[in-house]
Amino acid sequence: MSFWSRHAIFEKNSIVLVIGILIVIAIGGLVEIVPLFYLKNTIEKVDGVRPYTPLELAGRNIYVREGCYLCHSQMIRPLRDEVERYGHYSLAAESMYDKPFQWGSKRTGPDLARVGGKYSDDWHRDHLKNPRLVVPGSVMPDYSWLADTDLDFAHIAQDLKVQALLGVPYTPDMVAKADADVVAQATNDSPEAADLIKRYPKTNARDFDGNPTRITEADALIAYLQMLGTQVDFKLYDDKANIR
Amino acid sequence: MANLLTARKTMTIGEGGSALAFVGLALLSIVVAAKAYTPEFAFHAYLFTAASTAAVFAIINRYYERPIETPLTVDGKPNYNMGPVKFASVAAVFWGIAGFTVGLYIALELAFPFLNLDLPWITFGRLRPLHTSAVIFAFGGNVLIATSLYVVQRTCRARLVGEIAPWFVVLGYNFFIVIAGTGYLLGITQSKEYAEPEWYSDLFLTVVWVVYFLVYLGTIMRRTEPHIYVANWFYLAFIVTIAVLHLGNNASVPVSLFSPKSYIVWSGVQDAMVQWWYGHNAVGFFLTAGFLGIMYYFIPKRADRPVYSYRLSIIHFWSLIFLYIWAGPHHLHYTALPDWAQTLGMTFSIMLWMPSWGGMINGIMTLSGAWDKLRTDPVLRMMVVSVAFYGMSTFEGPMMSVKIVNSLSHYTDWTIGHVHSGALGWVGYISFGALYCLIPWLWNRPLYSLKLVNWHFWISTIGIVLYISAMWVSGILQGLMWRAYTSLGFLEYSFVETVEAMHPFYVIRALGGLLFLAGALLMAFNLWKTVNSAVSAAPAGLRLAPAE
Repeated sequence: MSFWSRHAIFEKNSIVLVIGILIVIAIGGLVEIVPLFYLKNTIEKVDGVRPYTPLELAGRNIYVREGCYLCHSQMIRPLRDEVERYGHYSLAAESMYDKPFQWGSKRTGPDLARVGGKYSDDWHRDHLKNPRLVVPGSVMPDYSWLADTDLDFAHIAQDLKVQALLGVPYTPDMVAKADADVVAQATNDSPEAADLIKRYPKTNARDFDGNPTRITEADALIAYLQMLGTQVDFKLYDDKANIR
Repeated sequence: MANLLTARKTMTIGEGGSALAFVGLALLSIVVAAKAYTPEFAFHAYLFTAASTAAVFAIINRYYERPIETPLTVDGKPNYNMGPVKFASVAAVFWGIAGFTVGLYIALELAFPFLNLDLPWITFGRLRPLHTSAVIFAFGGNVLIATSLYVVQRTCRARLVGEIAPWFVVLGYNFFIVIAGTGYLLGITQSKEYAEPEWYSDLFLTVVWVVYFLVYLGTIMRRTEPHIYVANWFYLAFIVTIAVLHLGNNASVPVSLFSPKSYIVWSGVQDAMVQWWYGHNAVGFFLTAGFLGIMYYFIPKRADRPVYSYRLSIIHFWSLIFLYIWAGPHHLHYTALPDWAQTLGMTFSIMLWMPSWGGMINGIMTLSGAWDKLRTDPVLRMMVVSVAFYGMSTFEGPMMSVKIVNSLSHYTDWTIGHVHSGALGWVGYISFGALYCLIPWLWNRPLYSLKLVNWHFWISTIGIVLYISAMWVSGILQGLMWRAYTSLGFLEYSFVETVEAMHPFYVIRALGGLLFLAGALLMAFNLWKTVNSAVSAAPAGLRLAPAE
């Protein structure tokens, strides 16, 4: 029997063909994906990365809802120009609680991995309202309605609970105080802010959208943008320790 | 006639079972609609209620109107089931026009941002997934379902398995498209590229897809030909692999039964790897393997020549599906994905060049002895040029997967140009070619005008050339501007200066898209006139002979 006529077994038995296909397509995926879950050096050991506060998570969900990732990456590559333009290259650890990851694949706008603290809240508010007010050449859409829409955080505790179920280290205490934490973080000089910062270190707590009477979607989104890339202190980070 | 009347008509298990399942779905959807967390989700739940109620009525009506038994053969010939194929081919034309139009609009939004009109529903971020899903899954998906259900019947000489099941596949798939598309406009998305639909749409699609697989496999098992034709291998690999990818990449836990929001099981770097394992193989199996199935049936049929090499098809098939799966990490070069995975992705992407070109050779060389037809038959020309575009983008792809090239091309419009040379050139043209063949065959009418096909071909070709060259220039230009330094060692351009430099190319790109859309409208008109013409085609035997 020649080599080629042996192939008849696939051409005459549909089940054999299906099994053959399954085996052949399984190999590559298994080899590339499975080790990422057990190789210890996949995610760097680094201090400071914490889960999102409820307000930041709500903001991130708005970022996800609006499809911001289609134009903005959150992944600085270790190339000279990128590190000089955006800051230290991104670590895997910095997105280890991201569900889903938002590294993006296109930069119609700039990378946002380290946008936190780069601009003022006022700048962000104006920029969301009409990007061309602050960056005349921008092609970004206006997101003016965010500042007019009340943030819906009625079920945010459930979001935290599901994330905890999936391995994000939210404690029962964090879940129980989720609603109150949203309010505390979005309010100027809130008495609960100190307690919030104990649960979520390095958290910015203030009114973000310039309208202290309401908690809007702009509050949540700006709170998220202002924390991006600020968790790891790169003055203390030892990149030699994490060579992979 | 008399004994037909006396034989008792009973409801089959399939009819009863699916009617009951739809009743259940309708009830569940009402409950969800009532308790939904957001009005957008309630709207989707009502759509589910309406659709499943309609399905129950359709099943019961059909029961009263159908004959007692549908014969598998008529006069010794297979009694083909072409209704679902017809529906999917019309849907393909409709969604194609819709998807191209949205594409044109978002291209204009990037050139003239005021077109976002300050409305949430039509911002670039919400319309872009609508465009990609409409062209890939709605247009491409319906072309694949139509052609695969046609080809499997013809090459197996057997009627589709099931009577309700094929209709469920076609209607269910298009319902999924409606849910996904309206969801994007309303802000329901998981923001995973090419896998944006949320958990409930994903679950529904899983059911549709499993039924699709069973119908397809069952029909192959029913075949009266000893061999499974090569086109069916590719279609089968496409159906099986898309199921695996879909399940892996959409593993998520909803916040609640009443919430449209879910969180993906994977996080960060693992999620990135799973996403691009999915994303790249959506290209590899949806946009490549499936459409290669079209190539292996429609080009030989239209050229009236056998496939160039049987052995090459075997090598092409197994090496393509084996190597493609590995290529995903080239979307993550220089990211926080470990280097070993990036290197594997790049290595296999380069190797993938070979089976890709093997397939291209097999497709183009099928014309040996029939090259003259390229001059006279614009439909065949469209399909052959499609395979040439396939060859071009499967060279460009491996090149861009080389890390040093990728450091320039990644994050720029070069990627967009690359995707569109594959999508407009390869997927678009092979689909148009297949529709120009399929619709006359299905309705048994001659194609209304070959001259219009010729116009379609040239208008869209100019459109594609404008599109991809604009994106090459803008992509490489922006990549170089990002890394440009002054003589003093400072970055030369601010980010927004590189954005402003893109404007002329975005205008040219939109013009290219407009031409491509114009060509597709010509096609829609041509096919509309074909279906509605009074003449029927030349004797059926001539055109409808099976492939073997």
